[in-house]
Amino acid sequence: MEFFRIHKTIPFMRHALVLNIISFVTFALAVFFLLHRGLHLSVEFTGGTVMEVAYQQSADIGKVREAIGKLGYPDVQVQSYGTSRDVQIRLPAQKGMNSDQQSAQVMQALKTVDPSATQRGIEVVGPQVGEELTTNGLKALGMVVVGIMIYLAIRFEWKFALATVLANLHDVVIILGFFAFFQWEFSLAVLAAVLAVLGYSVNESVVIFDRVRENFRRYRKMNTVEIIDNAITSTISRTIITHGSTQLVVLSMFFFGGPTLHYFALALTIGICFGIYSSCFVAAAIAMWLGIKREDLIKGGPTKRDGGSEDDPNAGAVV
Amino acid sequence: MNRYPVWKYAIIVIVLLVGLIYSLPNFFGEAPAVQVSAAKSTVKVDAATQSRVEEALKAAGLAPDLLTLEAGSLRARFATPDEQLKARDTLQRTLVPDPADPPYVVALNLVSRSPAWLTSLHAFPMYLGLDLRGGVDFLLQVDMKGAIDKKAESFASDLRTTFRDKGIRGTSVSRNGQTIEVLFRDAAALEAAKRLIQDQFQDLATTDSQDGSNWRLVATIKPEAARRLQDAALKQNITTLHNRINELGVAEPVIQQSGLDRIVVQLPGVQDTAKAKDILGRTATLEMRLVDESAEGRAAELSGGPVPFGSEKFLERNGRPVIVKKQVLVTGENLTDAQPGFDQQSNQPKVDLTMDAKGGRIMRDVSRENYKKRMAMLIFEKGKGEVLTAPSINGELGNRFQISGSMTVTEANDLALLLRAGSLAAPMEIIQERTIGPSLGADNIEKGFKSVMYGFLAIMVFMCAYYALFGLFSSIALAVNLMLLVAILSMLQATLTLPGIAAMALAIGVAIDSNVLINERVREELRNGASPQAAIHAGYDRAWGTILDSNVTTLIAGIALLAFGSGPVRGFAVVHCIGIVTSMFSAVFFSRGLVNFWYGQKKKLKTVSIGTVWRPKTDGTAVAEGK
Repeated sequence: MEFFRIHKTIPFMRHALVLNIISFVTFALAVFFLLHRGLHLSVEFTGGTVMEVAYQQSADIGKVREAIGKLGYPDVQVQSYGTSRDVQIRLPAQKGMNSDQQSAQVMQALKTVDPSATQRGIEVVGPQVGEELTTNGLKALGMVVVGIMIYLAIRFEWKFALATVLANLHDVVIILGFFAFFQWEFSLAVLAAVLAVLGYSVNESVVIFDRVRENFRRYRKMNTVEIIDNAITSTISRTIITHGSTQLVVLSMFFFGGPTLHYFALALTIGICFGIYSSCFVAAAIAMWLGIKREDLIKGGPTKRDGGSEDDPNAGAVV
Repeated sequence: MNRYPVWKYAIIVIVLLVGLIYSLPNFFGEAPAVQVSAAKSTVKVDAATQSRVEEALKAAGLAPDLLTLEAGSLRARFATPDEQLKARDTLQRTLVPDPADPPYVVALNLVSRSPAWLTSLHAFPMYLGLDLRGGVDFLLQVDMKGAIDKKAESFASDLRTTFRDKGIRGTSVSRNGQTIEVLFRDAAALEAAKRLIQDQFQDLATTDSQDGSNWRLVATIKPEAARRLQDAALKQNITTLHNRINELGVAEPVIQQSGLDRIVVQLPGVQDTAKAKDILGRTATLEMRLVDESAEGRAAELSGGPVPFGSEKFLERNGRPVIVKKQVLVTGENLTDAQPGFDQQSNQPKVDLTMDAKGGRIMRDVSRENYKKRMAMLIFEKGKGEVLTAPSINGELGNRFQISGSMTVTEANDLALLLRAGSLAAPMEIIQERTIGPSLGADNIEKGFKSVMYGFLAIMVFMCAYYALFGLFSSIALAVNLMLLVAILSMLQATLTLPGIAAMALAIGVAIDSNVLINERVREELRNGASPQAAIHAGYDRAWGTILDSNVTTLIAGIALLAFGSGPVRGFAVVHCIGIVTSMFSAVFFSRGLVNFWYGQKKKLKTVSIGTVWRPKTDGTAVAEGK
């Protein structure tokens, strides 16, 4: 089997401007939805109570909602959780009532409607934990961005580092935009997925830039655009296959992992798809606009190449 | 060119062997067991307990598969849950005759079914997190400001007493938040007070100022002292929690410090949140009362006569009755510290007690009037009192005094701990709680396991179809990666949670990246007309740099998660990071070993089984790799 039979270098950069405009529009939309609708944060961030209740038969969400509605909570969410018999109920933190009283009251209300209701799990989070999680999440994001930039700046050059980080932040914002648009629940697991994707999809840009560097050494006559096109073309099959195989596992989590891993897998899926797109079209294009040159990557000129290759693990064997 | 020296193969074999041994215990599953541990610090679980347990089980006609004594707890493993329950009831009857005062905790537990030879190699299965086994999880916030406030208050009253004792007159001491303000009428008094604080209160730092005719001295708790104080408060709260949770009969409770001012409490298997909370939040109280030394009191104490009016009967830890007066002299509120130590003159173990100013004053008055009489220290929990000790008063007591005589070092330690456990050092509040039912836990295990398995199978099928023999090598390398990951997690005795399993699945997806990179490179070399051996060599060599780069960037993200994540995110990050490191070994070093072993010997290799290598008919630039 060989999926990719590419005869000629694909001129990825020819439409760079158009694609970048599309990227920018998507990005702007994502930011708009983030600001306009906001993320549907999980109880870990907002504080409150989440109860998981199991029924013997399929639960009637409407009745459950009605039963809890009578208790007079302002902002209750009821949704089915995994199977039709399991229901997840989210209650906001209530002043003057502790979580035990709250959950006991709810369970009592549910049992009067259907005695088969049993509480499977409960999670209560105080508000101060949530604030901390948000700041820690932002700190982690900052550390990833700075860490990756420093590493790439050392391994390649600052223009590549900047291009890669911009491209991947664009992915992150778009994932968040999706979560804001569809009002999917943004939990700690999703945060972990977002950061993992950030680290993972940087790989793509690294692979392409590795090839760009190699091409700069090899093809002295090509201009920058041709070099980038060639690098993307020769790595595209690898890019799609690796992402495809990672996606296989992610899909497996999506289908078999149950409700807890549902949004985790979803975030990874979006991250992987946009990861492919952004490393082909965004990262390289930004690097191009930033004006990468042969001299940026190959320091000391062609005559000293052999001497320089010793501390350069990318030089590889010369065939 | 594609041959490994023998030592490289040796490394591979050794790593595989170690990986296999340490990942093995996870596959045996768990068996029902009964665990016996001490409920009190004065009770020890030892060989004598073991023989008692053995006899009791034999008498009940139960034969445990395995009986182990380890780190102060005894575990008996059984074949069925039925036997387990019977054994628990039997042991409960034998070891705990009085349920109101249990010397031992007899709890149901699960222990690994792995054979003894694995256990003797210290190969244990991973510990399952609460989301996989069910239980309650609490996060408690310790109010450190409260602890410091309390300490500042006690410093303030100590200062008041000391100034009065030393004859420094005309002072007024007041606490203002966490600082203590002292006003003086003249400079001489201020100087004297400053010297005194320097000598006797080394935890306080002072600054003085003068406004009008008043001299002002502001004392603050030194930062390092405050830190020490917070640390001690947290430790003491953890100790207190330990004592309380022992009562719940939980097999393996986790009570850990989390951050500077938080405590995580995990109670596997516990479903009754309300009871758990009640026990966590309970305050034990310490009371000091005089022993009734009247004739009737004596008679009641020695021969069990009627307890005189105005007195009560309590039992000492060893079961001896003590008749004490109902009037409470001092409570635990006034006890600021209790530390074990050694008497410098008699060289005997002792416990030093420190009272605050009010407690000290009462002690002084009481001891003057009751010289040579006994004073009982009682601890009340759940409304039930117990006499910790009842020493006789051998002199005038004050702020600081000691209890000594006929104690061993352990007894002194225990007594100090119990005295301190009388109250929490700082107030605590539950800020997060999570209950996971056992069925939800089992569900999570199954779902997590399924996602890993199907993900792995899907990748394996794809790799073998797309890359033929090289795909098979990659799949074997992937399996090795998974095995090593499990082995390392087991060696570290890491707690496996559902996010951890998700990270494992993701690790598979990320690890295959390296193999795809290598295989694609080899194909590319072949496409450009390299000989098979050269293509394999160049493929691995050239892919290595890229693999390193991409793994380092992924690792940076993993470390950031580890550094800033908490709870479930940390569990994810640990597995993620280890998975990246093991993948470097399995995907590059190990898979190269397989390839070398297979192809390395063949000198005149014509073809490599790596799937179709398609060559473009025209000499397109896409493949214009020059030599």
